[in-house]
Amino acid sequence: MALTKAELAERLFQDLGLNKREAKDFVEIFFEEIRAALEAGGQVKLSGFGNFNLRTKRQRPGRNPKTGEEIPITARRVVTFHPGQKLKARVEAYSGPNET
Amino acid sequence: MTKSELIEKLAQKQNHLPYKDVEFAVKALLEQLVQALASGDRVEIRGFGSFSLHYRPPRMGRNPKTGTAVPLSGKYVPHFKPGKDLRERVNSSE
Repeated sequence: MALTKAELAERLFQDLGLNKREAKDFVEIFFEEIRAALEAGGQVKLSGFGNFNLRTKRQRPGRNPKTGEEIPITARRVVTFHPGQKLKARVEAYSGPNET
Repeated sequence: MTKSELIEKLAQKQNHLPYKDVEFAVKALLEQLVQALASGDRVEIRGFGSFSLHYRPPRMGRNPKTGTAVPLSGKYVPHFKPGKDLRERVNSSE
C-alpha cells in the first residue's frame, strides 16, 4: 500500500500530539514549501533524504505515438530528484517483494 | 533551500507551534518517507509527486583501481516522478 498524505498526517497526530487539523495542515504546507522553493527556481537539499534539482531542457523533436505525426517537444524546466546516501543505503537493503 | 531553512520557514508560518515541534515534525515526515521506501512501499503525494523503487539488475562491475571484475548483485534505487501540479508550476515561472 502506498504511503499518502493522510497517513503521514495520522502519524504526526499519533507521535507528536499535533491535533488532526494541525497535522493535516502541516503535511500540506511541508510539501507546499518545497514546491514553492522549486517554483522560485531554487534547489532543495534535505540531508538524509535527497536533493531536488531543476533542469532546463531544450526543445527537441518528438512524435505523437498514436499517429506518428512529428511534433516538437517544447523547451521546459523539470524537477529531478537525487536520493542521498542514507536513503540509497536503506533502500539498497530492501531485498525485493519475494523475500520477507 | 536546506532542511534547516525549510524548518525555519515552516516555523514562521506555523507560529502556534514551538520551533522544536516543527523541527521534530519535519524529521518525522522525512523518516516516514524513508521507511516506506526502505520497506518497498511507494509514496504518493497528490500534487507533488510519487516516490517508488526501480530495480537495477545484477551486473559485472570493475574495481577502477585494479581493473579486476567484481560481481555486483541486483539492487533497488529510489525514483521520484513529479506530479502534475509541481510539473506545471516549475515550468510556468520563467
